[in-house]
Amino acid sequence: MLNFSKINVFIIYFLLIFIALFSFLNFQNENDQLINKKINLGLDLQGGSYLLLEINSDSLVKEKIQSKVIPIKKLLKDNEINYNNFKINDNSLSLSIDNIEKFDLLFNSKKDNFINPYIDNYRSHELDYKKIDDNKIEISFSKFGLLTINNSALKQSIEIVRRRIDDVGTKEPTILQRGEKRILVELPGLKDPERIKALLGKTAQLKFRLVSDNNEFGTDELISEDGEKLNISKRIIMSGENLIDAQPSIQNQNNEPTVSFTLDRLGAQKFGRATTDNVGKRLAIVLDGEIVSAPNINEPITSGNGMISGNFTFQEATDLALLLRSGALPTPLIVVEERTVGPDLGEDSIKSGITSLIVGFILVILFMLYKYKLFGLIANTALIANLLMLIGVLTILEATLTLPGIAGIILTVGMAVDANVLIFERIREELKTEKSIIHAFDSGYSRAKITVLDANITTLIAAIILFAFGSGPVKGFAITLGIGIITTLFTAYFLARHLTSLVVLNTKNKEIKI
Amino acid sequence: MTNYNFSSKFKHANIISISLFFISIILITFKGLNYGIDFKGGTLIELRSNNTEASTIRDVLKNMDLGDVNVKKFGKDGDFLIKVEEKGDNNKLIPEIKKNLSDSLNSDVNFRRVENVGPKVSAELLQSGIIAISLSLAAMLFYIWVRFEWQFSIGSIIALFHDVIITLGIFSLLSLEINLSIIAAVLTIVGYSMNDTVVIYDRIRENLGKFHKLDISDIANLSINETLTRTIITSVTTLLALFSIFILGGEILRGFSFAMILGVLIGTYSSIFVASPILKYFKVSYKTIEKEEEKIVP
Repeated sequence: MLNFSKINVFIIYFLLIFIALFSFLNFQNENDQLINKKINLGLDLQGGSYLLLEINSDSLVKEKIQSKVIPIKKLLKDNEINYNNFKINDNSLSLSIDNIEKFDLLFNSKKDNFINPYIDNYRSHELDYKKIDDNKIEISFSKFGLLTINNSALKQSIEIVRRRIDDVGTKEPTILQRGEKRILVELPGLKDPERIKALLGKTAQLKFRLVSDNNEFGTDELISEDGEKLNISKRIIMSGENLIDAQPSIQNQNNEPTVSFTLDRLGAQKFGRATTDNVGKRLAIVLDGEIVSAPNINEPITSGNGMISGNFTFQEATDLALLLRSGALPTPLIVVEERTVGPDLGEDSIKSGITSLIVGFILVILFMLYKYKLFGLIANTALIANLLMLIGVLTILEATLTLPGIAGIILTVGMAVDANVLIFERIREELKTEKSIIHAFDSGYSRAKITVLDANITTLIAAIILFAFGSGPVKGFAITLGIGIITTLFTAYFLARHLTSLVVLNTKNKEIKI
Repeated sequence: MTNYNFSSKFKHANIISISLFFISIILITFKGLNYGIDFKGGTLIELRSNNTEASTIRDVLKNMDLGDVNVKKFGKDGDFLIKVEEKGDNNKLIPEIKKNLSDSLNSDVNFRRVENVGPKVSAELLQSGIIAISLSLAAMLFYIWVRFEWQFSIGSIIALFHDVIITLGIFSLLSLEINLSIIAAVLTIVGYSMNDTVVIYDRIRENLGKFHKLDISDIANLSINETLTRTIITSVTTLLALFSIFILGGEILRGFSFAMILGVLIGTYSSIFVASPILKYFKVSYKTIEKEEEKIVP
C-alpha cells in the first residue's frame, strides 16, 4: 500500500492541483477570468425571492365545458336526436337523449370531430360521457382532456410569467415548471417581491363590454370605479388578445396617467364597428371582472388606437400597461410558497457561515496536531487539500452554495479526519505486533480500507437521499456533504497515504511514533 | 489501548436507553413536535428595528385577527421573529402585515426574511421529509444487510431508531422547532450514527474470526476498546465543527447544529451501548459469520 508508481503519483497530484485550482476562480475578478466558472450563491446568501406559483384550472375547465354547450346542442339537432333536461354543471353537462347509440357514434368518431377531438398523443378523446340511467348521460372531460387543458394552461402561464418578469427587469430570474401545476420563480437580489407578486397575481383578462340601460337577461351588475352600479352586457366586443402594444402615457389636458394601447387589424375592425354602432353609449373596460372605467363613446374609433383612463397613479398605469402587453394568464396564479431573504441578512449569513467555517477548521487542525504530531500534519495537509478540492468541485459543477451548504462544508471538515484517524489508529495497533515498520503501515492501510469505505458510504447514502428529497437550501447541504465525502476519500486514501509513505520510506526502520 | 469493561455496563445502559426511548415516544405522541411553518404552513417574518418591544409588535398584529401569532426575540436587540398561523392561501396577507408593522412601529423596519408556506405545500414537505427519513433508514438496513449478517442489520437499525427517536424526544421536550433543516440534521445523524456503528461492527466481525474462544461479550468489549480512541477523536472533531456552527453560525443554523450535536452524542453512545449488546442478545458467535461465508462460497 505504500508503493506508488511515478505515474500514480503524477495522477494524484495532477488531479488534486487541477481541481483545487478551480476553487481560486471564486476569488477572482469576473472580468479577467479565462474560465468563467463560479459557485453560485443561493438565495439565502445573496438575498432574493423564491416563489412557488400554482395554477388553478378549475375555472378554465368550467369555461371550456360551457363552450361545448352550443356545438353539442347543434350536433344533436342536426342528427335528429331529441334531448331534454340539458343541465350545465361546474365541470360536466348532463342531459337525457333518446338515442344513445347514435350519439355515441357521433360523439366518439375519430375523424373531423371538432366537438370531441381525438388526441393522438394520448389515444383518447378530449371528452368522455357516462350513462347515468337508460337515457340520461353526463359529459365531462376525459382524464387526458383535463391533462391537455392543464398542460397548455401551465405552458402558457410560464410564458406569460416570464414576459412579465422580464418586463420588470430583474436580473437573472429563474422560471421553471415544477410538477404538473406549479411554476417556480427565483428572483435573486430582489428585495421586495410584493410588486412582482401583485403583477403575477392578476390574470389581466381585459374585456371591452357595452354598458346596458336595463338589467335585462344577458347582463352582469358590476360596480364602476366611482361606485356606480352598472349593468354590463355579457357580449364581449373585444378582448385583450387583440392588443399588440400598451404603454403608459400622460394625458395632456389634465396630466392624468393613462394607458394607451394599439390593436391588431382584427381588433381594430371589431372596435371600429362597435364604436361606430354605439356612439353615445358607454363602453366598460373590464379587467378581471372589475370595471376600470366606463367612458362615453364620443365618436367612432377606427384607428386601432385607444386609451384607458381610470384615476391611475403613474405606477399603476405602468403596471397595467405591462400586464396588457404581456397578455392574460389563462388561470389565476396562487403563491403557494414564498421565501424572501433581504440582502443584509444574506450578507450576515455569509459572514457567520465563513467565520464558523474558519474557527471550526482551526480547532480541528489544532486538535489533530496535538493528537498526532507529525501525522497530524499529514492529516491536516489532507484536510486543507480536501477543502480546496471540495470548493473546486463545487466550482466546476457551478453548484449553488446555501447557508446549510456552508454547514455541510464545516461538517465535512469535522468528519473528514475520521478516515485518517481510522487508518492511523489501525497502524498504531499493527505497530505493536509487526516488527517491520513498513509492513505495519502497509497492513494498517489495507486493513482499514474496508472500514473507511463502509463508514463513508453510509453518510453518502444519507446525502443522496437528502439530495433527492430536500428542497432549496437543504439540497445545498446534501451537495456539499456528498461531494465532501468523495473528496475526503480521495485525500485520505491517495494524498495522505502518499505523504505517509514518503515519511515512512525515508525514515527506514528507525523509530516512528504515530 | 484502553481496557474498560463496557459489557458489564450494557444492562444498566440498556435500561436507560429503553426508558429514554419510551419517554421520547410518549413525549412525541402526547406533547407533540413543534412544527415550524415548513410543515404546518403559515407565515414567518424576521425583522430588524430600533428599540421595539415584542409586546408592541404583538399588539399591532393582534388587531389584524390573524389567528395564532408568535413573536419572539431573535438574536440581537430589536431583531424579532414573527410567526403567523394562517388560514388558506392569501396573496395579500404579507403586504398587509408588512404595511401595518411599518406604519405602527416608531422605527425603521427592515424585513430581513419573509417566508410563507401554504397548507398544501407544507403537507407535501412533511410527507417528503418522512419519506426521506424512512427511506434512509431502509437504505442503511439494506446496506448493512448486504455487508454484514442479519443480526448486525437489526442491531444497527435499532440503534438508529434509538438515536432518531431520542433526538426528536428532546426536541419535543424543549419545544424546539422542527423545520426542513432539522430533517437534514436527522438524516445526517442517521449517516453519522451508522458510520460509528459500522466501525465497531467491522472490528467485532474481524475479532470473531480471530478469537474463536472468546464469547461475544468479550469480543464486543475488546472491539469497543480497540476502536475507542478513534470513536472519541472523530466525535471530538465533529463536535468542534458543530459547536463552531452552533455558537458562530447565526440564528438560522442554531436548531440544525443543536440537533446534530445531540445526534452525534447519542449516536456515539448508541454504537457502544445499544448496537453492540444487541449482538450479544442474538448470541452471535464466530459460527454466525462462518455460516454466512459458507453460504456465499458453496
